[in-house]
Amino acid sequence: MRVNLPQYDNIIIGAGHNGLVCAAYLAKKGQSVLVLEASDTLGGLAATREFYPGYKIAVAHSLSHFSPQIVSDLNLTDHGFKSGAPMPTIGLDLQGKHVVVTRDTVRGVTDKDASSYTDYLQLLERFANMLSPFWLKTMPRIGSKKLKDLTTFAQLGLKLRLLGKEDMGEFMRVATLPARDLMDENFDNDLLKAVLSWDGLIGSKMAPRSPNATVLAMLYRMSGEHNGASSIPQGGIESLINALHQVIATAGGQVQRHSPVAKINVQGDSNGLQATGVELADGTVLTAGRVISSADPKRTFLQLVGVENLEIEFSNRINRLRSDGYVAKLHLALDGLPHFNGIDIPDGRMIIAPKMDSIEFAFDNAKYGESPEQPVMEMMLPSLRDASLAPEGKHLLSAHIMYVPHSLKGGWTAQAKASLQELVIDTIAQYAPELRQQIIHAELLTPEDIERSHHVTGGHWHHTELSMDQMLMMRPTYEAAQYSTPIPGLFLCGAGSHPGGGLMGGPGHNAARHILGAK
Amino acid sequence: MKANIKAKKSKTDPYAGERLKQSHFHPRQAELNLREAWSSWNGYKFADYYYDEEYEYFCIRNSCATYDICPMQKYSLSGADAEAILNRMVTRDITKLKQDRVTYVCWCTDEGRLVDDGTIFKLGPDSFLLTCGSPSLAWLRKSAFGFDDVQIVDLSDDIAALSFQGPTTCEVLKKMGLEGIETLKPFNIMHFDIAGSSDQPLMVSRTGFTGDLGYELWIVPELALTLWDALYEAGDDYGIQPYGEAATNMARLEAGFIMPGMEFNEALKTIHYKYDQTPFELNLDWLVDFKKPHFNGRSALLKERDQGSEYRLVKLDIEGNKPAEESYLYAEEGCETEIGYVTSAMWSPVVKANIALAMIKSKYLKGDIWAEIYYGKELRHHNKVVRCQMQETPFWSPDRARATPPLAF
Ligand SMILES: Cc1cc2nc3c(=O)[nH]c(=O)nc-3n(C[C@H](O)[C@H](O)[C@H](O)COP(=O)(O)OP(=O)(O)OC[C@H]3O[C@@H](n4cnc5c(N)ncnc54)[C@H](O)[C@@H]3O)c2cc1C
Repeated sequence: MRVNLPQYDNIIIGAGHNGLVCAAYLAKKGQSVLVLEASDTLGGLAATREFYPGYKIAVAHSLSHFSPQIVSDLNLTDHGFKSGAPMPTIGLDLQGKHVVVTRDTVRGVTDKDASSYTDYLQLLERFANMLSPFWLKTMPRIGSKKLKDLTTFAQLGLKLRLLGKEDMGEFMRVATLPARDLMDENFDNDLLKAVLSWDGLIGSKMAPRSPNATVLAMLYRMSGEHNGASSIPQGGIESLINALHQVIATAGGQVQRHSPVAKINVQGDSNGLQATGVELADGTVLTAGRVISSADPKRTFLQLVGVENLEIEFSNRINRLRSDGYVAKLHLALDGLPHFNGIDIPDGRMIIAPKMDSIEFAFDNAKYGESPEQPVMEMMLPSLRDASLAPEGKHLLSAHIMYVPHSLKGGWTAQAKASLQELVIDTIAQYAPELRQQIIHAELLTPEDIERSHHVTGGHWHHTELSMDQMLMMRPTYEAAQYSTPIPGLFLCGAGSHPGGGLMGGPGHNAARHILGAK
Repeated sequence: MKANIKAKKSKTDPYAGERLKQSHFHPRQAELNLREAWSSWNGYKFADYYYDEEYEYFCIRNSCATYDICPMQKYSLSGADAEAILNRMVTRDITKLKQDRVTYVCWCTDEGRLVDDGTIFKLGPDSFLLTCGSPSLAWLRKSAFGFDDVQIVDLSDDIAALSFQGPTTCEVLKKMGLEGIETLKPFNIMHFDIAGSSDQPLMVSRTGFTGDLGYELWIVPELALTLWDALYEAGDDYGIQPYGEAATNMARLEAGFIMPGMEFNEALKTIHYKYDQTPFELNLDWLVDFKKPHFNGRSALLKERDQGSEYRLVKLDIEGNKPAEESYLYAEEGCETEIGYVTSAMWSPVVKANIALAMIKSKYLKGDIWAEIYYGKELRHHNKVVRCQMQETPFWSPDRARATPPLAF
C-alpha cells in the first residue's frame, strides 16, 4: 500500500521533556527523528515562558526526581545541564513555628518526632531503593509468558524478598495505606504530618485519607537525586530542556515548533492498520516508520487516532481514564524579595497546609466541583536560585495550589478565577504581610487554562491519574501499557505511560528502549 | 371516599412490571394458542408451540406459517456516522451493503469472541436497522462512543414484526395484494401500502430463519392486527398457522443456523474463560472480512485464523434414529478420547436423517467421530455409541428458497 519510503524513522508528537528524552535516545542510536511541538516553546509543562516582561517561569517549577541515569546516558552535563542543590521544605506556621525538613533531618518538632523521622526516612529509603530500578523498566505484560516479562516479575519478587521478611511485610502493608495513617503512626506534630504527606498527594485526586497510591507516589519521587527534595538546576528548568534539545540536534534529530499535529494517519488494507505518519493542523502530511506520541493518552487515542481505528472496549477504557487535574498555578511578578515571618531568606519550598485536615477539607471542596475555601499550596521563589527568571533585584513567586478542580461547578468564569486568585494571595499574605504591595503582576492558571495552553487533557500533572488502577502494567491501560499500542507503528512516550509524570524522563527513556529493543 | 381508595388499591397489580409483555399480535395469537404453551423471550409472552410442534414444523416445510418476531431486538441507527459505527462493530464489510438490502452479520468483543449475530437492514444512505436476539443497546452505545453524528433508537417495542415462512408464502402475499412481491430477491426489501398506510408502509424483507422460502413483515404496531387479519385471510386456503419456538428450532437446525444458548454463549454474558465462541469456531468464516482494515476483534481473529481455532462447529449425520441430544463425542467406539459435544440434535423429517450440530476440537476433525447417545424407554435409561458422518453442505437447502420468482401454488 505504501509506495514511498517514509520520510522519518520516527515522528514524535510533543516536545515535553519525555518527547525530548525519547527523541534523544533514538537519535543517538542513529535513527532519524522529527519532534513536532504544537507550542512556540519546548518543554511542555516544563516550558519556560515569560508571563510578564522580564519574568519567566515554567508550570513545573522544580525538579524532584529527574533520572540521574538519563543525565548520564545522554551526557546532559556536557550540554549545559547542572543539577541544583536540594531545597529545604518549610512547613509554614502562622505563629512562626515553622517545620523545616531537609534530606536527613527535621527541625521545629519535638525530639520524639525528630527521631521518628530518622526511622521513617530509613524505612522509606529502603523501599524506594527497592523500587527504583522498576521506574526505568518496561512493565511486564499481564499474562505474558515471554522471558523478558517473566524476568521483570521475578526481579520484583526477588527485590521484595531481599528486603527481608519484616520489611517485606511492612512494604506490603504500607504500599496502599492512606498517607494519613502512615503519618499518624509515626508523628505527633500536625504540621509535620501535613508537610510529609504532601509529596504523595501533589498532582493527584487524592487526599490524606485516600487509600491508594500516595505512598507509592512518594517512593516514586524518592528515586530522584536528592531523595525527592526539590531543586532548580543552575540555569533553571530551561537548561534541562535546552540540554535535551542539544543532544537531539547534535545527533542529527530535528525539533520543530509551531507544529500542532491534527491527526495520526492510520492506513488500512488487508494487512490491517498501520500508523504511517501525521497530518499537521495546516494540512502538511509527514510520513514515518513510527509515530511516538507524548501527548496524553486520551488526546492521542480519542483525538489524534480516532475511535474508528480502535477496538470498542479499548476506546471506552481510554475514555474512562481519570485525568481531571487538581493543581492550579499562581505566578507573581514581585518588586522585591518578600519577607515571610520567621524566615531569613525564603530559599526553600514552602508549604501552606497547617494540618492534614486542611488538605482533606480543600479536597472535599474540590471533589464536589468547588474551589477550595482554604487553599493549600507549595510555593517557592525560583528567582533566588536562577537570577535570569526575573529582572535584576526583582523576584517571582511560583505556587502550586492543590485541589482546584478542572471542572468547576458553574465553570471557570473570570469572576471565579479572580476570587480564587485573591484568596490565594490573601492566604500567602498571612505569612508574608507585605506581599500585596510587592506584586507587579499576578497570573493564575487553572487546570482548565493549563489544558488549553499546554495541550494536556484535564491539565493533569501526570496526564492521567497515577493511581493503582492506572499504574505499572496498567498504565495508562492494558493493551497500551508497554509503550506500544493496538495500532502497529504507534507508540506512547509521555507521562501517561509507566512510570508516570513529574519531570523524571522515565516514560521517554522506557519507550525508546522498548522501541530500540523491538527492532 | 375511603372506600373509593380501597377499591382503587385492590385494582392495582402488585406484580405490574414483572408480568410478561404482550406482543402486538397477542390478541390473535392467544386465540390460536390452543395448548396455552407459553414461555418467554426478551420479556414477551412467547409461544413454544400453538397446537403441536410437529404440525407447525410441517406447515413451515409444506405450506406456510407465521412466527412472531416482535420480541426480537430492533435498533435504528441513523446519521452520518451510522455506517462507520456498524462497520467497525461487525466483522462484515457494511460499506458494500446497498440500500433496501439486508445482510447477516455477527460481532465480537475486542478479543474476537462472539457477542451476537443479527441482521442489518440498509434503509437509506445514513439509516440502518439492526436486529438481533438479545438486548444490545449497551454494546451499541459503547460502539458508538467517540462518533459524533448518530442517533440510536431502540425500536424493539415499536415495530410489529412477523416472520412468514414456507413454500407458499409468496403466493399468499400475492393474494393479499402485495403486487410485485414475486420479484423480491433474497435479502432484498420492498415497501407496500396496506389499508391506506402510505405514510407507514408495510416493509417486507425476503429473510428468515428456516432455510426455506420466506419473508419478514415489518409494520407500525397500530396496523399489526390489520396485517394479521389480511394475511390470515389470504392464507386461509393454504392452511396458514402460527408456529412457536419448538418448530423454529427444528427448521433452523435443518438449515444449519446457529442459536444463542445452543451453539454459542454470548461473550458478554460468559463468565468462564473461553466458554464463549469465536466466529471461526462457529463456522462463520464467511462473515469475517479481513480485507476490511479494521473491525472489532480483528487482530485476535487474524491470530486465530493463522494459528487455528480450538473448536469447530460441524454438521453431523448420525447412525440410527435416536437424537443425539447433549451427547459427548469421542474419537473411537470405545469412548476413550473425548473430542467434543453435540449442541443441537433432531430426527429430521424432511431430510429423513438423524442430524446434529456439534462442536469438535479442531485437531480431531480428520478422524472418526462417535456419539454416545442416551435415550429413555419407558422410564429406563439406555445408551448406545454410534458412528457420525461429518457433512459439509446444509442438511436442508432447497432451490425454492432462492428462486425468483418463487414457485406458484
Ligand atoms: C500545574 C503543574 C505543576 C507541575 N509541577 C511540577 C514540578 O514542579 N516538578 C515536576 O517534576 N513535575 C511537575 N509537574 C508534572 C510535570 O510537569 C509533568 O508530569 C511532565 O512535564 C510531563 O511531561 P511530558 O513530556 O510527559 O508531557 P508534557 O510536558 O505535557 O508535554 C507534552 C507536549 O506535547 C505537546 N502536544 C500535545 N498534543 C500535541 C499535538 N497534537 N501536536 C503537537 N504537540 C502536542 C504539548 O504541547 C506538550 O508540549 C507539574 C504538572 C502540573 C500540571
